[in-house]
Amino acid sequence: MSDSQALAVREKQELAKQEEKTVPGRYYVPATDIFETDEALTLMLEMPGVAKDNVDVQIENGVLHVEGKIDYSAYKEVEPVYTEYNVGHYARSFTLSDKINQEAITARVEDGVLTLTLPKPRESLPRRIAVN
Amino acid sequence: MAMFPDPFGTLMSLQNALDAFRRSDWLQSSLSASGGYPPLNVFRKGDDFALVAEVPGINRSNLEIQVKGRTVRLSGTKSVNYPEKASVHRRERLQGRFDRSITLPFEVDQDSVTAECRDGILAVTLPRTERDKPRSIQIG
Repeated sequence: MSDSQALAVREKQELAKQEEKTVPGRYYVPATDIFETDEALTLMLEMPGVAKDNVDVQIENGVLHVEGKIDYSAYKEVEPVYTEYNVGHYARSFTLSDKINQEAITARVEDGVLTLTLPKPRESLPRRIAVN
Repeated sequence: MAMFPDPFGTLMSLQNALDAFRRSDWLQSSLSASGGYPPLNVFRKGDDFALVAEVPGINRSNLEIQVKGRTVRLSGTKSVNYPEKASVHRRERLQGRFDRSITLPFEVDQDSVTAECRDGILAVTLPRTERDKPRSIQIG
């Protein structure tokens, strides 16, 4: 896909619940890109409206849970007159392979996109064997 | 019944209000409009309005906002880049250019428009021109 193509609107997808949330409010599935290089696996999740401090990343039993809370205080005293999308928190879970150095995961938020870098452990990095 | 302050109440009532307003014809279709990206919401605060759009992954340098009379135009490009030699397992984020213009039911005071882009949310304040603001009439 090139830059010259017109961007289409994609409807936000509401999270199909695996575990029920106990707080009111909607959760949406962040659009995610996953790519892998020799050194690391990288996840990029689109969570517009989520500030850096409101991102929660947890790993439990090999499952990566990502949750982003939006700050709705800006919406407190305003009245919607025209709307095309709904506002809510974001949540998504991913099953990790064993080949991840879970201690060394780093997270960064920029322009509403959360980037998670999951480095591979040294032993699973590709090694070049010289033939004598 | 005792009423406890509910921090999520605001969000819930906002969502209900947003649901109720889905597909309203408040915005008139514009002749120059092309494309529906980015999706946007319009809010009212007192006499003035604000336009809010979700633009995750778009740097402010790639966003252009133009205001003239009743028309607001949002254009720019969104690019999604992967490092070289990366194998992409999942690609859900879209990229491309966008150019959208909308016509508001009031005239915008274009000199006092301000825009802010933070955490992938673009907010443009749309103050009404003085002559478009409602005026209370004293009954004599």
